[in-house]
Amino acid sequence: MKSFTYEKARSPEDAAKAAAQAHDAKFIAGGTNLLDLMKLEIETPGHLIDVNGLALDKIEPTPEGGLRIGALVRNTDLASDRRVRQDYGVLSRALLAGASGQLRNKATTAGNLMQRTRCPYFYDTNQPCNKRSPGSGCAALGGFSRSHAIIGTSDACIATHPSDMAVAMRALDATVETVGPDGAKRKIPIAEFHTLPGTTPHIETTLAQGELITAVTLPKPVGGRHVYHKVRDRASYAFALVSVGAVIQPDGTGRVALGGVAHKPWRVEAAEAEMPNGARAVTEALLAGAKPTQQNAFKQSLVERTLGAVMAQARS
Amino acid sequence: MNYSSDPGVTRRELLASAAVSAAAVAAPSAAHAQSSLTGESSVSKISITVNGKEHELALDSRTTLLDALREHLHLTGSKKGCDHGQCGACTVIVEGRRINSCLTLAVMHDGDSVTTIEGLGTPENLHPMQAAFVKHDGYQCGYCTPGQICSAVAVLDEIETGIPSHVSDDLDDKPQLTATELRERMSGNICRCGAYSNIIEAITEVAGRRA
Repeated sequence: MKSFTYEKARSPEDAAKAAAQAHDAKFIAGGTNLLDLMKLEIETPGHLIDVNGLALDKIEPTPEGGLRIGALVRNTDLASDRRVRQDYGVLSRALLAGASGQLRNKATTAGNLMQRTRCPYFYDTNQPCNKRSPGSGCAALGGFSRSHAIIGTSDACIATHPSDMAVAMRALDATVETVGPDGAKRKIPIAEFHTLPGTTPHIETTLAQGELITAVTLPKPVGGRHVYHKVRDRASYAFALVSVGAVIQPDGTGRVALGGVAHKPWRVEAAEAEMPNGARAVTEALLAGAKPTQQNAFKQSLVERTLGAVMAQARS
Repeated sequence: MNYSSDPGVTRRELLASAAVSAAAVAAPSAAHAQSSLTGESSVSKISITVNGKEHELALDSRTTLLDALREHLHLTGSKKGCDHGQCGACTVIVEGRRINSCLTLAVMHDGDSVTTIEGLGTPENLHPMQAAFVKHDGYQCGYCTPGQICSAVAVLDEIETGIPSHVSDDLDDKPQLTATELRERMSGNICRCGAYSNIIEAITEVAGRRA
């Protein structure tokens, strides 16, 4: 691990200011992804700003009837919060489908959104990777791409976003709240938070340098059946090949977001109009324009079947 | 099996004394190598309570909690398996919650209270979970065992508190003490010897005694 200087932030504004002053500064909260990458020297921050002491660890009702989840709320606490379990079940289910008990006890809400891809070529520093080392190429394109993205990809990167939580938040129309180095607050709809790789796969969010996530808000509950179905190579403690987060109403309408298929949680609102016509129709609209590799083309039918199972579960 | 002529010397003590003598010889060059490789290294002072005892430590900020426990406090019960949060051998209980001690910096735990396997029980007075692992043969090589036991103790607390899991049928019901639940909750602890079914039996016995 490269050496770094370390400070404990005193306020969100101070943290953002400190991060904007040093070009190689990083915030650290749970650390479960960042420290892993620092040990491999994939991340090499020269300065760490520990935000754990900031009072951003509460889940509170909003005046609009939704919930405001502090950036530092641990995954375990978010998944087991009574209000989240009752009104936003897809979020509890998504969180519980991710990582291990130990990791969920440490990982935070903001950190989960900020986690990096688990593309094996991103992790292997002997391989070219445009995300790790811009301009070096993409080893996944001609390599083993079974786990990679099938839609929204580019010639520069076919990595997926690994989060389960973010998929549920996308289905729930969450909003990410931030504070900037100048103290300015911003609300970013989750749909606009993560980016597609394009020619700059090293840029993964629309956050500015130094901008700190302070909370994620959920709108008023929308009712319906909440389902999160994750398909993976092991029964537990593995990243998704494909996951479906859905909120489905008694009349068969609803919302669907996908994990494991793109550089960001994948949702196409227009595709949801096809819900009464079944999983195949929805999947065709959701994955229109998909460019899978030979090795991950199976994900298209896996999405359809997983979505079919989710819709059947919602009807049961 | 003895590794020296003195039958009272354990393998661990022998290795420890060998490491000390090697370190004495290697120390100057190692220190030089470190400074030239990594440049300026920040040092942080922390106060941490481990197994009820308070310690003041001055550590390179890069030191993980696991390395602080093993290399600085010489509590070698917590094991370094993968050092990347994948195996669970380093599991300890911090402020009442199990975490991977390899994936957190010691400096982030200033003022925290940590329980390691050494704090759960002693050879003379085993923690019930330790005794159950012995009784049910919940290990072969034993390397993952301290992490398994710390995790298992915390898992029973998590079920007691009502924290749901991926396999809980209903998010609102109190979690059940089934083998399926225990397997899911213990999935962050890998055992390459494959003692899983015996581990589940050990945890089930302790859970039954508590219920």
